[in-house]
Amino acid sequence: MAHESEHTISIDEARHVADLARLQMTEEQIESCRGDLESILGHIETINAINVEGIEPLAAAIEMTNRLSPDEVHESLPVEEVLANAPALEDRYIAVPKVLDEDGNN
Amino acid sequence: MSNDGGILQLSEQVRSGQATAESVLDSCLERIDCYDPVLGCFQDTFADVARERAREVDRLVNDGKDPGLLAGVPVAVKDTIVSRNEITTCGSRILENFVSPYDATVYTRLLAAGAVPFGKTRCDEFAMGSSTEHCAFGPVRNPWDTSRVPGGSSGGSAAAVAAGFCPAALGSDTGGSIRQPAALCGVVGIKPTYGRVSRYGLVGFGPSLDQVGPFARSVEDAAAILQVIAGEDVHDSTTIDTPVPDLLGELHTPLEKLRVGVPSEYLVEGNDPAVNERVHAAMDVYRSLGAEIVDVQLPLTDVGIATYYVIGPAEASSNLARYDGIRYGRRATLEPGEVLFDLYARSRSEGFGDEVKRRIMLGTYVLSAGYYDAYYKRALQVRRLIRDEFNSVFEQCDVLLGPTTNGPAFALGSKNDPLSMYLCDRYTVNANIAGICGISLPAGTMDVDGHELPIGIQLQAPALCEPTLLRAARMFEAAAGHEDHLPDLEKTVAAS
Repeated sequence: MAHESEHTISIDEARHVADLARLQMTEEQIESCRGDLESILGHIETINAINVEGIEPLAAAIEMTNRLSPDEVHESLPVEEVLANAPALEDRYIAVPKVLDEDGNN
Repeated sequence: MSNDGGILQLSEQVRSGQATAESVLDSCLERIDCYDPVLGCFQDTFADVARERAREVDRLVNDGKDPGLLAGVPVAVKDTIVSRNEITTCGSRILENFVSPYDATVYTRLLAAGAVPFGKTRCDEFAMGSSTEHCAFGPVRNPWDTSRVPGGSSGGSAAAVAAGFCPAALGSDTGGSIRQPAALCGVVGIKPTYGRVSRYGLVGFGPSLDQVGPFARSVEDAAAILQVIAGEDVHDSTTIDTPVPDLLGELHTPLEKLRVGVPSEYLVEGNDPAVNERVHAAMDVYRSLGAEIVDVQLPLTDVGIATYYVIGPAEASSNLARYDGIRYGRRATLEPGEVLFDLYARSRSEGFGDEVKRRIMLGTYVLSAGYYDAYYKRALQVRRLIRDEFNSVFEQCDVLLGPTTNGPAFALGSKNDPLSMYLCDRYTVNANIAGICGISLPAGTMDVDGHELPIGIQLQAPALCEPTLLRAARMFEAAAGHEDHLPDLEKTVAAS
């Protein structure tokens, strides 16, 4: 059922997408993923045959307008239980590696 | 656990003191201990917590109080639905030790109705898959033939109900993940209307597509679970604010002048002939009940998968950005010199499996600069056309009838090419794209290599028309005689 894609994805392009997605991949993984994407996009391109001129995009099937919650004070989740999932803590703060270098750049 | 009678009878026995919730739970757990090592339905069971819940139900009964519609009914819950103090992995290494600080709304509602949630069922990682092979902790096997998949992504829930481990289970359905495994395991599975059931506490995959729904052995049992979990929720602003209709009162009353639409696109040569034969048999059942069979067309059926594999991965790629190794989930160990970016990338790469990465890559690609209009915007335009096509077809008929899947359960490892796996969902994805409701019903079995394998048929109805959907489903179930036909587990396990 594989379709020929109208365009191909280069290794550089796949690497760029992986960076955007914050995924670290080996050369082999990038190559294999690139092939999969081309094959899937080949199938996806069947929607190009559909005339969509003048059709408004539909983001959610059941269209709703914004709903406001009442402005009420209520109990929130216990901080200790929420923080219990954090991989590294310092007191009641989540610890992360240094974000800024000595010159203040990130 | 007794196989006689359904959930409402079981609950009545508990409420009247003829059975205790604790003994009902214990017999479920015994059967799981005996057979689940082969099937692998459960990621985790929490017997002690569940037993305490069951005892609480029994205490209420002893005190003359009514524990609720699902008094003492053990319910398995897909491992994508969070519950407080219990691990929810989503089938992923990245959430291997995640303990939610709160209960999903569906979980709260089960508990409030006297049900006894007792375990988390395995699923494809982040519900991405159609076979439950993409679970980081091991696959689930089909209770009819352990060399075959149960379907997915809610494969553990479907297989647990088919194996008689529990009378009902919850799953989630983004493109068919309840209906497809229900069909492959020979049980009932409902994908409710988008917004009918709260998604608060459902670990998100495609937020505009996801819905929680029940698996059970009969339409009535599934309806009872849906009745309890459905309804508006302040924690999910996409829940529909209209009251949930009574799904049980008239369930057994056949619909008069029912119009059953059968799209010509659903009965194609790509289906296993046995599947088409069962749909034709179902048409005969409806005719014999006085329903009118209407030939209809849904020409956009075939672009459903293409549309879905833009919208679903696009939503997933932004949705799963939250797994960054900072606040919860797996955090990678950095090498000297590595920086915050490496922490994100390394944590995600170590934590996510191949299928999740593939979909994140696909979603990121279709949303990236230069491709957004060509893929994402166009898919949303096609989405409107698909929904409008359903709307116009539902002017000619009340429900749509067709196959749930194009064939019976396939062998583990037989669909290695991602696209061939994706195409499994041809008949189910469009209901998610359009937000309508659907149900898969057992339609008998076929013989494959000496194994009986179930075949499912699907009914779909317009948004919010669950009462019609379920009554039409019950008409078929009552007349077709496939009800409550379960595998002989001892035989299956012995043959494995």
